Amino acid sequence: MPALLTLITHNWYDIRDLSNLSGKIEQLIRDANGPGWLVFVVSALLGAAGIVSFIGAVAIINIWIERRVVGRMQSRLGPNRAGPFGLLQPVADAIKLMQKEVLQPKVADGLVFSLAPIAFTVPGILVMAVLPWGRNMALANLDAGVIFILALTSLGALAVFAGGYGSNNKYALFGAMRVIAMLVTYEIPSVLALLGLVLFSGTMNLSGIVLFQAKYWMPLLLVQPLPFIIYFISSSAELNRTPADLAEAESEIAGGYHVEYSGMKFGLFYAAELINAVSVSAIIATVFLGGWWLYKVDEIVPGWMIFIGKIYAVYFLFVWTRGTLPRFRIDQLLAFAWKWMTPMAFLNLVLVAAEVLIWNETGVSAGLVLPLYAVLNAAFAGVLIVAWVKFMGPRFSRFPERLRYYSQIDVPSLPAVATRTDGGAPGLAEGRSA
Amino acid sequence: MPLKSEPVEVNIGPQHPSTHGVFRMVATIDGERITDVKMIVGYLHRSMEKLAEERTYTQNIPFTDRMDYLSAINSNLGYCLAVEKLAGIEVPERATVLRVIFSELQRVASHCMATGAFINDCGAWQTPVMYTFRDREKVLDLIEMTCGARITTNYIRIGGVAFDIPDEFLPALDRLVNDDLPQRFDEYDRLLVGNEIILMRARDVGVVTPELAINAALSGPMLRSAGIAWDLRKADPYCGYDTYAFDIPVGYNGDSYDRMVIRIEEMKQSLRIIRQAVHRLPGGPHKTDVPLALRPPAGEAYARIESPKGELGFYIVSDGGPAPYRWHVRAPSLINLSVLKEMTVGQTIADAIVTLGSIDINVGEVDR
Repeated sequence: MPALLTLITHNWYDIRDLSNLSGKIEQLIRDANGPGWLVFVVSALLGAAGIVSFIGAVAIINIWIERRVVGRMQSRLGPNRAGPFGLLQPVADAIKLMQKEVLQPKVADGLVFSLAPIAFTVPGILVMAVLPWGRNMALANLDAGVIFILALTSLGALAVFAGGYGSNNKYALFGAMRVIAMLVTYEIPSVLALLGLVLFSGTMNLSGIVLFQAKYWMPLLLVQPLPFIIYFISSSAELNRTPADLAEAESEIAGGYHVEYSGMKFGLFYAAELINAVSVSAIIATVFLGGWWLYKVDEIVPGWMIFIGKIYAVYFLFVWTRGTLPRFRIDQLLAFAWKWMTPMAFLNLVLVAAEVLIWNETGVSAGLVLPLYAVLNAAFAGVLIVAWVKFMGPRFSRFPERLRYYSQIDVPSLPAVATRTDGGAPGLAEGRSA
Repeated sequence: MPLKSEPVEVNIGPQHPSTHGVFRMVATIDGERITDVKMIVGYLHRSMEKLAEERTYTQNIPFTDRMDYLSAINSNLGYCLAVEKLAGIEVPERATVLRVIFSELQRVASHCMATGAFINDCGAWQTPVMYTFRDREKVLDLIEMTCGARITTNYIRIGGVAFDIPDEFLPALDRLVNDDLPQRFDEYDRLLVGNEIILMRARDVGVVTPELAINAALSGPMLRSAGIAWDLRKADPYCGYDTYAFDIPVGYNGDSYDRMVIRIEEMKQSLRIIRQAVHRLPGGPHKTDVPLALRPPAGEAYARIESPKGELGFYIVSDGGPAPYRWHVRAPSLINLSVLKEMTVGQTIADAIVTLGSIDINVGEVDR
């Protein structure tokens, strides 16, 4: 068995780490005395090709996944006609969208209108570049990776705004305005939530955050549950997914920002929404769930497979909330962010700072302090949530006994609804011939 | 410096996902707040009341199917009651009990649709509507089993019902009423009635005060949500409803949430009625022989029933000929819709959609 493993993993290149492949190619170039810059160009292109092909696959397969999963939740089958298990449904969708005419309103701002779907797609792809897919598999190992992804995830909202504003349609304008309101509101808690993680792990490098979790054998989700909740909610607001899909709000503003889009421009919006959902899932998987690391498993299973598995675990959570929750109203959503998420994120930041200080000053071993912090922070999160619901939450009795039941009702003296058979209806005298 | 802004007019409908058909409202909005609403109806006008004057009484029954197509049997029933009143036709006992069973089944189907569509308007992404549709399908299966049609049933005829129930109907009804639907309604209670987001969205939204409700002649769940106990099955009983034991759920606040809860409760009460009706179902004929070209004596008659939407009244004038001289329908959807402006002004667009969903209009009935 070990011999077999060695055969698989150490022959030509190690599939557990795709950077071995690019390393091999770089070595070939060096051996052939190729120019130095060529090595960089080739390795960058290889990484980019890998990411773009993954994104392409995501945009296709996620349509199927989302529709099937939501279909199961809605006690129906989902697409099952095109191909086995309906797997070809996304292809059919894409072909249909490509065939449709791309309409553009005469009053629309043409440039903005056309650029918006593209601008919406790009950030989701760029995010993938800084995420570590394996031990050495970050295409761009930025030291300010967290800032980079925060900047990119908020760019999508601007593209939505451009699309909605450029459409010159009232519904689209509604969507555009709502998305900006949500952007300025939800960016703060999400930044603060990630800041707590940065404080705790002591690095902004995403590979560093994963290595921190690998080093102490502790996914940050366990140590910091509250930032996970905050980041999940605020990113689902930024993604326009259902509890917070106000910019789209099909039942209210009929599709919102993309109401004027058709054909492949709409398809691009649709695909980009899925891509962004996967990007955010990947961010959560990296910083909260340990990315490519999974205890000892990552020494056998390729890290990028573990990473994709975690991405889809988080993505399932997004689909689940979409399938089950009704939508907030815009003022309720914003109030929720300002009154709950932002103060919670601040409190959490203070707590994390204190914890890090204590850890650094006392020098207690990590094996002791991390489980302690995990329990402490989980209790902290629980107390905060319960206290908020109790004191600040909407004042509803949860299961209101609020209906009265009448088995008899008082009938005031009714005007007689009698049948007249005396032929007394007006105009009957001349009548029509029977 | 205050920002300068001006009101914007937004067309909601006739093509809009949440107008339940082709209803159109022109909302003047200031930001997200609605300052004025103009309602425009008539996109589905088919001139039924005029067309009916050219057709015999029996030929008019399919028109009533197509008015409130979500509760066709109730519309059939109201019309047939009016004609029977006019012509003095006695209905066999078995037909009366069958009418009760089917109109209560239809009420369950209609309220399922109303509840699901209402939550859909609240923004749940199709899930509740799929669940309620699943239950509605089961009810429609029973109706199909009996009369072959699911939506436009044309089942209740003058002098009885069109077909007697088949042998397999009663066991299937027993399963549905005693096993399936009570479980489903408990599920609705757990998932919808206590749902925090639905509470936030529907509580105190689209409030009807009791005074407004009476002045605007509202009926059905709209009236009962405002705290007024009024149900024609109790107040002006037809088909022997006064002999069944059931309760009228009545709300306190008159908001959209109350209306949703009332509809869920009414479905449970309908099951109670069906159980009693099955128990007392007599033998005998299911219809009396009525001539196809019925010629009621000259005169007029008004019959009203409690349809799922409210008081559905049929006013028929006869001149002694085979066709009604005048046929007027008091459509509860239209009259309940008339307070939309009072309910929505001052709310946001999202609230207006929720309010419209909670009225449970059916544009086929609004426009006729």
